[in-house]
Amino acid sequence: MDIANVNPVALTALAIGLIGLVCGAALALAARFLAVHEDPRIGQVADILPGANCGGCAYAGCADYAKAIVLNDAAINLCAPGGQEVLDKLCAFLGKTAEAAEKKTAIVLCGGDSGKAPRRFAYNGVADCAAAQAVHGGDKRCGYGCLGYGSCARICPAGAIEIANGLAKVHKNLCIGCGACVKACPRTLIQMIPVSRTIHVLCRSRDKGPVVKKACSVGCIGCTRCAKIADDGQIAMDGPLAVVDYAKPFDNEEAVEKCPTHCIVRA
Amino acid sequence: MKTITAPYRIEGGVHPAYRKELARERAILAMPPPGLVRISMAQHLGAPAKPLVKKGDTVLRGQRIGEPGGFVSAAAHASVSGTVQAVGPAPTASGALAMAVDIESDGNDTSLEPGPRHDNWAELDAKTLIGLVADAGIVGMGGAGFPTHVKLSPPPDKTIDTLIVNGAECEPFLTADDRLMREQADGIWTGISILRHILGARSVRVAIEDNKPEALKAMERAMAGAEGDVTLIVLPASYPQGAEKQQIYGITGRETPSGGLPMDVGCLVENVGTCLAVRDAIVNGRPLTERVTTVTGDPVAEPGNILNRIGTLYSDLIAFCGGLRSPATKIVSGGPMMGFAQGSLESATAKTTSGLLALAPDQAPVYESLPCIACGRCVRACPMTLLPCELSQALEAEDYELADAFHVMDCIECGCCAFVCPARRPLVQHMRGGKARIALKRREAMQNNKEKG
Repeated sequence: MDIANVNPVALTALAIGLIGLVCGAALALAARFLAVHEDPRIGQVADILPGANCGGCAYAGCADYAKAIVLNDAAINLCAPGGQEVLDKLCAFLGKTAEAAEKKTAIVLCGGDSGKAPRRFAYNGVADCAAAQAVHGGDKRCGYGCLGYGSCARICPAGAIEIANGLAKVHKNLCIGCGACVKACPRTLIQMIPVSRTIHVLCRSRDKGPVVKKACSVGCIGCTRCAKIADDGQIAMDGPLAVVDYAKPFDNEEAVEKCPTHCIVRA
Repeated sequence: MKTITAPYRIEGGVHPAYRKELARERAILAMPPPGLVRISMAQHLGAPAKPLVKKGDTVLRGQRIGEPGGFVSAAAHASVSGTVQAVGPAPTASGALAMAVDIESDGNDTSLEPGPRHDNWAELDAKTLIGLVADAGIVGMGGAGFPTHVKLSPPPDKTIDTLIVNGAECEPFLTADDRLMREQADGIWTGISILRHILGARSVRVAIEDNKPEALKAMERAMAGAEGDVTLIVLPASYPQGAEKQQIYGITGRETPSGGLPMDVGCLVENVGTCLAVRDAIVNGRPLTERVTTVTGDPVAEPGNILNRIGTLYSDLIAFCGGLRSPATKIVSGGPMMGFAQGSLESATAKTTSGLLALAPDQAPVYESLPCIACGRCVRACPMTLLPCELSQALEAEDYELADAFHVMDCIECGCCAFVCPARRPLVQHMRGGKARIALKRREAMQNNKEKG
């Protein structure tokens, strides 16, 4: 048979068909002999996890955490967004028991919005807190307060931080507790606290009283009244600043009422 | 000695309005010691100095109040006599907090007995002279503030054959170096000769921009009898002609490698003010306690070149120049291109404060920055031949690896890109932030490597 006489369409179809057959066979063999056997539980654990990929567990994402749980026996109560529900499912699936860590939420420890904490100068640059901080130490008169340029809000995977009137505010109901915002704040104003705590000192200024008063109308002036009310160290003085010890439950309305500058709030 | 124009042309650069006429004809005026000086312990690059005095101590002018905090560091001296009022953190011109010593003047201005005069400096060896320079707390007075004694002690594998003396003063508005050269050319030349002796440098190049004809003439006269390979270089006026790496290229044609220092190409660049300080330290035995600062700008009532004590508060300095006759929207420490905008006048002059500039509302408009339109003007303007447009977009997207690959660390923050940008993008601010972030990451990586062993 002379190859030149064969119908070119049929020849092409034949050639492609043959190539397909050979490749298919190669793939079938590869799938059989080169297969990677992954523990099927990894995928199943990953399905249980919420898939937020927030990194709050300190692993690179949900899939990485699932791998660590199955292979390296990592603690199973690290998923903050998942909470009790995910933990229960994980316990049932893995046959383990674990104490749920209390759900945490972020809080911005500053109450000085534009009306309460004046600015020293007009900042006209990159809308980023670290950049603003680098220009003569930030435009806010208070050297410790929230600059309000939203670095925390931009990094939040859940959209839980709102910048209102020049002040960042965390919406507790939306916060998944991953802690990404804590690192984003150049003034370290954001803390992760147990969700059940309701009384906060919204100030981080380490200046003395008269300086604070000039910089902000809702700053802690270090009068120590709250520390006397919370006499078990729930609120303690750290130099000129009252600091809540969130490890100790505390719910005494008196501290809120007696604070002369109203920097202690219930939220 | 001969006079030539710069043989090489720098890349990029811009031609801002120089506005030097405001202060160039004002002779250097000595300001009487102020009631209070605030002497920062971080007036130089490197480790801050450690305060040697405490509250209540009495000090004399010229007394050492801060000792170097490491090798790359510099001593600090009291610039007035009086009582130490406070030792604590205070904002420097850049706004960062650093330890500072507040001295309340007693009004007598008593000086410490000056150190021995060394008129015979030509007979002393380099090591002794470098020691005297370090004792006097001398740092680069052009603006960066690199400790001079460190520059003068290069590692043994580097040879410095060319000493470049920087009298370019390419920043608009500033005239302090111009006046210094016009009025104290002989002193500057003595300082240059001392530095030349210390380094054993074969060639000396004194570089001055052609918009300072009087300074050129004065230096030419002072250098007339100089022997050996000494050349006065006339630079074409353009910004940033006075930046170290650009100047080396313009004069010698040598390109400083990325991440390298001038000594890698056999050069050392010193500002004219530094040369004068070296002369004062060695010949007169006096530490660095005063400098000339140009106080200028349209709102300033009487602009001038003020010889002020280091640590003079900006508010006092402006008051000495008659205050502001019209409102200023921006006050800048340094020149308009590279200076630091001030949030308040609480900062004080440092060894590096070459100018204090007040800008009127129409000179510092509030603007909105827009997305990059990819016109490439910044690329043409960049004297380091970087791509500011690409860098700023990478940094805006927080892609530090890409920015590092595009050599953001070679940015000299001269401001040419932001000056020409039609979209008014805050390019230099992006670079500064990015450089700080990358430097931090590198330090962390180094720390991690050390811990791992």
